[in-house]
Amino acid sequence: MDRQPKIIELIRIVSKKDVRPASDESLFDSGILDSFALADLVAALEKSFGIRIPDSDLNPRKFDTVERIAEYLDTRS
Amino acid sequence: MAFLRAFGRWLPERIVNNLEVGGKVGADETWIRNVSGIDERRYADPQDRVPDMAARAGANCLENAGMKPAELSMVMVASGSAEHAFPGPASETAKLLGCGDIPAIDVPMASAGSLFAMSLASRLTEALGPILVIGAEKMSRIICREPLERGVVPLFGDGAGACLVDPERGPAAIVDSVLSSDGSFADDLQLDPDRPLQMNGRSVILQASRKIPAAINAVLDKNSVTHSEVGVFLLHQANQNLIVRVAEAVGVEAARFFSNIHRFGNTSSASMLIAASEWAETCGFRPNVPVVFAAFGAGFHWGALLARGT
Repeated sequence: MDRQPKIIELIRIVSKKDVRPASDESLFDSGILDSFALADLVAALEKSFGIRIPDSDLNPRKFDTVERIAEYLDTRS
Repeated sequence: MAFLRAFGRWLPERIVNNLEVGGKVGADETWIRNVSGIDERRYADPQDRVPDMAARAGANCLENAGMKPAELSMVMVASGSAEHAFPGPASETAKLLGCGDIPAIDVPMASAGSLFAMSLASRLTEALGPILVIGAEKMSRIICREPLERGVVPLFGDGAGACLVDPERGPAAIVDSVLSSDGSFADDLQLDPDRPLQMNGRSVILQASRKIPAAINAVLDKNSVTHSEVGVFLLHQANQNLIVRVAEAVGVEAARFFSNIHRFGNTSSASMLIAASEWAETCGFRPNVPVVFAAFGAGFHWGALLARGT
């Protein structure tokens, strides 16, 4: 299942930016996500994909690119 | 029983605005305001040490309580910015206050230290007697270390706050508290001797924005108190955006979260007690109305404490 389009849609919503990041583009270095938008993104991922991300998995590096987010979600399904 | 009998604070006179601090790190005044909610902070004079600041806040608290230092059974001082690894500031603080040779305990925890100390004091006071809890920080001593970080330097200020935990009386009773620690993220907020403060802001915000609401919900649920009953939420003043985020997460309007971060910045373990001291002067406890304290800091350590007006 290709989760990347949905992930990008959520990134656009929480960042309030009309962006389409490349799958390996750093969401932090590019300025798309700040610390608070990252927290919003985690909440949005949980809601959209029906999962609970444990606090122990809340390492920002896991959420730095669309690709990494998709890989993480694969481990949760 | 344990009661919150009085609060106190001490803040340096020197006001450092965003223009001054931003100039040191190439940060725009508006950017600092937007990312933190901070307009200005206080810096202590070079000769002011953590024990001096702690003793001034403690003396102010005792004065507000109408209590003499000799009546105390214990002093606890929380600080993450003390001048020495040992001895910590507690023993000298007690000496400066004139407390005699009562036990003086250091709680070397940044940000969450005063909350942990309040919780410990609430469990000890019935056996020992009145306990003075102080949070005191000289963060300006830390954040001046090179290389200066744009995401760190503007956030912090100096100050000290205090509260008196009494076994017999006070305008509020401490009902319960929940405390937690998780060393998995110890590297994400760390201070080594003579090194700059290391802070992974993304990790701190990510964890804090989940753990503080969870702690607040836990202490309220445990005691069958609803969010709507709470008169005020008194949090560690880390970042105004985080305070708003916590309010949203627990479903309470942000206006019910007392905030003075725009004037003092993040004073780490002192901030929650400074906030409580200002709130107590302007508003104060009302009979039977719950009040929630909460904090999160390096460690990570976090928790919440529930009090109720008497």
